[in-house]
Amino acid sequence: MAKLINLKINGKPVSVPEGTMVVDAAKKAGIDIPVFCYHPKMEPVAMCRQCLVEIGRPVIDRATGQPVLEENGQPKLQFGPKLETSCSTPVSEGMVVITDSEKARAGQREILELLLTSHPLDCPVCDKGGECPLQNLTMKFGPKESRFLYDEKHHAEKHFPLGDLIFLDRERCIQCARCVRFQSDIAGEPVLGFSQRGRHTEIVTYSDPGFDSVFSGNTTDICPVGALTTADFRFGARPWELKSSASICSQCPVGCNVTFNVRREVKAGGGYVIKRAMPRQNEQVNEIWMCDKGRFAGYQYTEADSRLKLDSPELDQALSQAAVKLAESASQAVFLAGGRLSNEDFYTLKQFATRLGAKAYLYTRHGGGEYTTRYGLAPGSNLGNLGKGDTVLVVASDLYHEAPLWYLRLKAAAKRGATLIVANARATKLDEFATFVIRYSYGDEVETVKSLSSKEKVGEAIKNTHHLVIFYGADGLGLTGTTALAQACADLFTSLPVSQTAPKANNGLIGVWSTPNQQGALEMGFAPCADLAAELKDKTVYILAADPAGDDPTLAEALKGAKAVIAQDILETETTRLANIVLPAAAYTEREGTFTSGERRVQRFYPAVPARPGTKADFALIAELAKRCGIDLEGRSALLVMNQIVANEPAFSGITYAKLAEVTEQWPIIGRSDLFYGGTGYENKQGLGVTLSLTPGVSPQGRDKQATLLSPSPAAKEMRGEGLRPKEDELLAVPITKLYDNGTTVAPAKLLAAHIARFDGVFVNPATAKKYGLENGSQARVSLNGVTYSASVLLDESISTGVVLIPRSFGIPLAEPAFVLLTALEPAQEA
Amino acid sequence: MAYLLLRHRDIPGLENIEIYKQNGGFRALEKAVTTLQPKQVVEEVKASGLRGRGGAGFPTGVKWSFLPDTIWPHYVVCNADESEPGTFKDREIMEGNPYQFLEGVALACYAVGAAEGYIYIRGEYYPIAKQIEACIAEMEKQGYLGDSLFGTQTSIRLKVHLGAGAYICGEETALLESLEGKRGQPRLRPPFPAVVGLYGKPTVINNVETLTNLPFIVEHGAAAFREFGTEKSPGVKIFSLSGNVERPGNYELPLGTPFRELIFTHGGGIPNGRKLRAIMPAGASSSIIRVDDSNFDRVMDTPMDYESVPSLGSMLGSASVIVIDDAHPIDWVIKKTIDFFQHESCGKCTPCRDGNYWMKHLTTRIHAGKAIAADVKLLDNVAAQVYGKCLCALGDFSTMAVRSAIERFPEDFEKVTGNS
Repeated sequence: MAKLINLKINGKPVSVPEGTMVVDAAKKAGIDIPVFCYHPKMEPVAMCRQCLVEIGRPVIDRATGQPVLEENGQPKLQFGPKLETSCSTPVSEGMVVITDSEKARAGQREILELLLTSHPLDCPVCDKGGECPLQNLTMKFGPKESRFLYDEKHHAEKHFPLGDLIFLDRERCIQCARCVRFQSDIAGEPVLGFSQRGRHTEIVTYSDPGFDSVFSGNTTDICPVGALTTADFRFGARPWELKSSASICSQCPVGCNVTFNVRREVKAGGGYVIKRAMPRQNEQVNEIWMCDKGRFAGYQYTEADSRLKLDSPELDQALSQAAVKLAESASQAVFLAGGRLSNEDFYTLKQFATRLGAKAYLYTRHGGGEYTTRYGLAPGSNLGNLGKGDTVLVVASDLYHEAPLWYLRLKAAAKRGATLIVANARATKLDEFATFVIRYSYGDEVETVKSLSSKEKVGEAIKNTHHLVIFYGADGLGLTGTTALAQACADLFTSLPVSQTAPKANNGLIGVWSTPNQQGALEMGFAPCADLAAELKDKTVYILAADPAGDDPTLAEALKGAKAVIAQDILETETTRLANIVLPAAAYTEREGTFTSGERRVQRFYPAVPARPGTKADFALIAELAKRCGIDLEGRSALLVMNQIVANEPAFSGITYAKLAEVTEQWPIIGRSDLFYGGTGYENKQGLGVTLSLTPGVSPQGRDKQATLLSPSPAAKEMRGEGLRPKEDELLAVPITKLYDNGTTVAPAKLLAAHIARFDGVFVNPATAKKYGLENGSQARVSLNGVTYSASVLLDESISTGVVLIPRSFGIPLAEPAFVLLTALEPAQEA
Repeated sequence: MAYLLLRHRDIPGLENIEIYKQNGGFRALEKAVTTLQPKQVVEEVKASGLRGRGGAGFPTGVKWSFLPDTIWPHYVVCNADESEPGTFKDREIMEGNPYQFLEGVALACYAVGAAEGYIYIRGEYYPIAKQIEACIAEMEKQGYLGDSLFGTQTSIRLKVHLGAGAYICGEETALLESLEGKRGQPRLRPPFPAVVGLYGKPTVINNVETLTNLPFIVEHGAAAFREFGTEKSPGVKIFSLSGNVERPGNYELPLGTPFRELIFTHGGGIPNGRKLRAIMPAGASSSIIRVDDSNFDRVMDTPMDYESVPSLGSMLGSASVIVIDDAHPIDWVIKKTIDFFQHESCGKCTPCRDGNYWMKHLTTRIHAGKAIAADVKLLDNVAAQVYGKCLCALGDFSTMAVRSAIERFPEDFEKVTGNS
């Protein structure tokens, strides 16, 4: 704990830790000092000069080292001749700060006046109008009228696309460099900078394509003026027309807290429409940030044209038909659910399966859940607390693409001094910030993890760490591989002294899942099926929030061989198209529920808009089906389902909706009245969530796996170990995940089309491409298991020559590493 | 009096290393490296009272002693970004007496324990940079730079870095940024360069003229140096004289020489029978000294040193004395200075960036006669509003001429605004 420093701000005594800047000390005391360039998440630069205050310091007698006293016994103060920038001045003992004297106010007013001379004052047509720090601070601290001649304004470009997602208005920019510094210091993607100088200073992008960052949207939140706006929201609505609704991003397992802004629109028949997604503060999860996938694809799919719907009688009929088929099949029924479902949905489905005697599987190729539920993060964990003396291992995961906020948090942890070990067969973005980078060959993942402890420096970092957090992914791995990897990672924990492995905060194993609630399903005992195609044959299959047919033609074939297929989803998919019965579900933006993040944090999401007519929440549809099968399940509300989860699922004991909605004070203070300080991100009034406890009294090693619904998976077919060495002419194809995939919930995001297209293809080393007569962008044939797919060739120098990377979801169904043949597609004959 | 700095004026061919050697070249460096401890060099320079010739006049030896002994390496950076309008002294030193200058840089390196020194030369001095690079190569060849100097363990290497044409890079922290390959913009202080400087390491930054004084001080001692100049401003100074004088140019004179001697004796007085009306003693960054019948003698007899010039409401700075006669309206003079500052403002901080843009519009309109009296008041107001709020000193400098002109030459502004 840092030493406390006592000072007075506007006469108010304040005690803050040593090193605190005056501006933050004031904020903590409830005193607003206007700022533009300062942001509490970034180092001060004191460029805008807005935060000027008077600062007096006690005069110290050089001889005695004691403060000199006035006649009245008070310490004698010395004020500097100039005002000081409170953002860059650390507090000191006995300091007296005056923010509201005539001199200080004049300084603040004068800087504001200078800023406004260069500002176009086009507030009436500016997207930021209504939530603009410059506007708000002008009202509070600024001059009442302009002395600057409007005709002498500097003019600059007003609609400059920095990239396809972010537009820059160069007239509105006040050169605070918050965006530049966010990109370089926080995101680690220094793609913005200044060009020119003086009044001609302007923001430029250095990257090609422009503003090439997955965190770009955050710059619009912290831009203190309307200079940076998002392509989806600009000219879309005025901030004061918007209502807000708390939610959780559903694009990855991080569980970023978000706010959806909605307004009623004529085009929606007077109904509510989501206008934008904004980060909502949760310092333990996403702080005040979110990634561009969450922002630009997080809710857009829920409004896609391909939404499923049935009118009331149709739905009734569909439910009855489905119930008949399921009741008939009973134990011959197979349930298959994707990790997009909420905890409430999974629980209801589990009850239904148990009572019906059906098998229920989690639809995923990412195994190891039996370890993450035992060795996962314990309550009190916060990646933001990792630092010196702590070790983080990331293995077989490209966090930048798979869970951008985890990348951001680990990058920051490394900066705070944590030892970051990144092990992967290929280079990933996180390598740049890693303490140790370990490169292995595909297939050697488990061996690599097993050998870590015996490595000199890495082994020490693991053995001597205060806290150990391990992230494992599915980069180049299928179900068997991930499961084995999870086990190897878990063994690392068990090999440590007991003091390290007992459930304690900031310690544990995290699966980098591809869905928002895989962890929740795992905690309830769901597990994946190893040989799904075989399992589906002649069964009545009930598929929820998953598209096996779209993912893999083999599974599509298998589904054709099923007795009946009932598909429940929110969007039309290959699977719903071949299903016998389709049940339209409400999107998660239209209902209530909870997700369990990869960090095992249960968080609530709330309805942002009403459910579309003809759709229902998944748990309600499941309960409805069960009812028609003669099984009585809770389907009235998510809250009532949660009450049952709490009673029946040990991991969830003690969790209530009320508890999930609790908030505690967070730093920095952000929110509507503090826009100028932290940005337009939302304060969290709706709950920080609760981390699941690891079963009390049982150490992770001894903790029994919870009863699962399933017998162990059938024997795996996956190639392992020495099998992964390519033969002549063969390439090892490995599945990887890119941020912008072509999945059901991402593809409808129109703004991201070009970003998704960048990953539509197969990645090879330029040397490999040359060997096969291929160039960047040329079409190739990929022969996998006797089936040939065509794909664009994309070059990547960082991957080894014997390998072809196949991004998941782009049409080549590579469930696990396999050998493929790559051939050039002959150019089409000229007609 | 023999020249101390502009010795090439006495000794033809001094830019040739052999001639420099024949005239005592590198004796100081050899003496320091072979017989003095670095601390002794620092003490000698402290005792000499040498003050920084770049403008601030800070005691050089004291500045050196701020470098912490616990953080290494140390760097010496020479500020050769001579950009102040009216200043052209460093150029003559580097062109005419380059080896004395480089010997000075090497002495500074030795004094603070820096194995590497950087010479940051303004981009427009490209030919000089080439020349200095050639001189460094010659010194390395002859063993005056490089490893094992004079058979000792001492290594000193110098590198030249060329600026890209920005006034701001004469500001020491902006210079460091530029030297590191970044945008030339000032850093937030503290920390100061003496502690966190080039590449985050303790760094001494000295002006060309300052460093060129070192060989004399080391060779002849502080007392010899103190024979020139005044008690508080010892030594000689190169005064860059320009403007409305018969003989503009560099004049090396003891500090404390009165204005009269520089302008009239050496400079030959005001041409065309015009009257001296104003002096900017520190280039465009100066408050303008008004000269009229009421104070002519007082100004002319004022010694040009760091302590005396402030009594005239200005400062000595880099001693670039711009002389203005009565044919030049002062509103034109400040328009010129603001044009310069507006063009050169780096744009990092609000008051300088936006204030100079505003002042440029006002001075342009005022000079064009398209202004009213309120605009002059506003100009004064804007300048006052910029002053004291900027990130670096250069922002404050931009207001000096404006504020002093409006205060001291009211009639020039009444004329152009028609007293409306």
